[in-house]
Amino acid sequence: MKKRGLADFFFLLLVGYLLLPVLATMLYAFATKWNKTILPEGLTFKWLATLFQDTEFIQAFGRSVLLAGGAVSIALLVIVPAIFVIVLYFPKYEKWIQMAVVMVYSFPGIILAVGLIRVYSKIGIPMIFVVLGAYVVGILPYIYQGTRNSLRNIDARQLLDAAQLLGASKRQAFTKILLPTVYPGLFAGALLSFSVLFGEFVLINLVVGSRFETVQIYLMKKLSTSGHIASAVVFIYLVLIGLLTFVIAIVTKRSKGATNL
Amino acid sequence: MVVLISKRQSIAWLSPFLVLLLLFFLVPLLYMLITSFQNSEGFTLAQYKSIFTNDYILQGFKNSITLSVISAVIALFVTLFAVYAMMKFSEPVREKILILTNLTSNFSGIPLAFAFIVLLGNSGLFTLLFDKWDIDVLTSFSLYSWGGLLLIYIYFQLPLALMLLYPIYDGIQQQWKEAAALLGASSWQFWLKIGLPVMLPGIVGTFSVLFANAMGAYASAYALTSSNYNLVAIRIGSLIKGDIFAQPELASAIAVILAVTMVTAMLISEWSISKTRRKVK
Repeated sequence: MKKRGLADFFFLLLVGYLLLPVLATMLYAFATKWNKTILPEGLTFKWLATLFQDTEFIQAFGRSVLLAGGAVSIALLVIVPAIFVIVLYFPKYEKWIQMAVVMVYSFPGIILAVGLIRVYSKIGIPMIFVVLGAYVVGILPYIYQGTRNSLRNIDARQLLDAAQLLGASKRQAFTKILLPTVYPGLFAGALLSFSVLFGEFVLINLVVGSRFETVQIYLMKKLSTSGHIASAVVFIYLVLIGLLTFVIAIVTKRSKGATNL
Repeated sequence: MVVLISKRQSIAWLSPFLVLLLLFFLVPLLYMLITSFQNSEGFTLAQYKSIFTNDYILQGFKNSITLSVISAVIALFVTLFAVYAMMKFSEPVREKILILTNLTSNFSGIPLAFAFIVLLGNSGLFTLLFDKWDIDVLTSFSLYSWGGLLLIYIYFQLPLALMLLYPIYDGIQQQWKEAAALLGASSWQFWLKIGLPVMLPGIVGTFSVLFANAMGAYASAYALTSSNYNLVAIRIGSLIKGDIFAQPELASAIAVILAVTMVTAMLISEWSISKTRRKVK
């Protein structure tokens, strides 16, 4: 029974270790004064209010949403059809797309940044578009995973054939049959991609820098100037990824339940 | 019966994706590779030569590798036991724990570094607490150096380790345990002789993913030590950004070596995780 206790100990250690920084930052975001005492001297909404009155922050937030949302939208328009075509019509080439997924996943931003700057910094296109393009490619693993899992749950090819046998046009079969079945997986993949991109710092900082100030760049700037404002930013960031994670969990669960029927 | 789409249609659907992949992934990486072999006179191995004779860069590699290995081993060790404890919970509870870890897996980079500053920084929660209690474990500890980096690296390794180990653990069938118990094996014997050997390739695979994950991490180390601590990723960052003066050729060569390390780690992981899957099935 000794081992059981050891396992429980490590489990609590893991959960505690993961939660502690989250809770501390959340508390700090509402603390009036917290320099010398262990718990904050009082609680206040001042920092959050200040943050929301700061146009610089609102703009940074808008830029982050625009950039991450734009990349996800482009990825949905460009990557999803490509995955469909390969999985449905050229299954023997699927291993190539899987290789691309592994490659994209294993190359971190710091390596890609070197190449992007080398290729594009001198030809005069705005570097923000370069980052956008890199973001679209960067979320390939999440989009692929979401789409592929849904396609695997249903027998997409047979479904499409059946629909067309019953008189549906190609377009109808695609929009009325295929898309609704892969929609939950796709949606979860899109949300996950969005939250990953929302937290991205390396590419935007190295390739574009402060010329396009996202939430992460804003936070980096505040880190050295105001701890309270920084914690308010982190609080909002945590709430956002919390919400996204929650929705992803619900959507994934529902899609699982649906295919079990 | 297979409904075919015309060649033209399939090209139309595939090409935008392929163009993007080419422009924003393959071409930059290829160009980086070429740059690493270039200087003003043409082809050269000078960059690579200077990396292997430059103690500062070598130290950066050494620091990164040590940090990555230690954080991966600790995270793996903790998770191995933690997942074992998790298995006794009911399915819905386990799912909730997984959602929670999922949430923390997105908590990385600058926000994570800041959270640790709140806890252990100069006027952090624990710094003050231990000060008050006159416990001096933290007096020799500085968040802004090796120890702090290790804590943060362990933090972002844990959720990843859990998500990778959980399915591998889940593959260990209850019947195996019962069969082993019927044949007189103790729980320890089961894990030592059956459980761990079956899981071993999966554990090795998880380790390589964690290693690669830490080797490429940049944002949290940058936020915490603002390029003062010598890590490979930080080195590359300052060489391209021109904190001192930009040396893109040298940065490219370091990045190529880092990339080779990661591709190797990922290949090992792909190979060994697929091996476990086959075994478990």
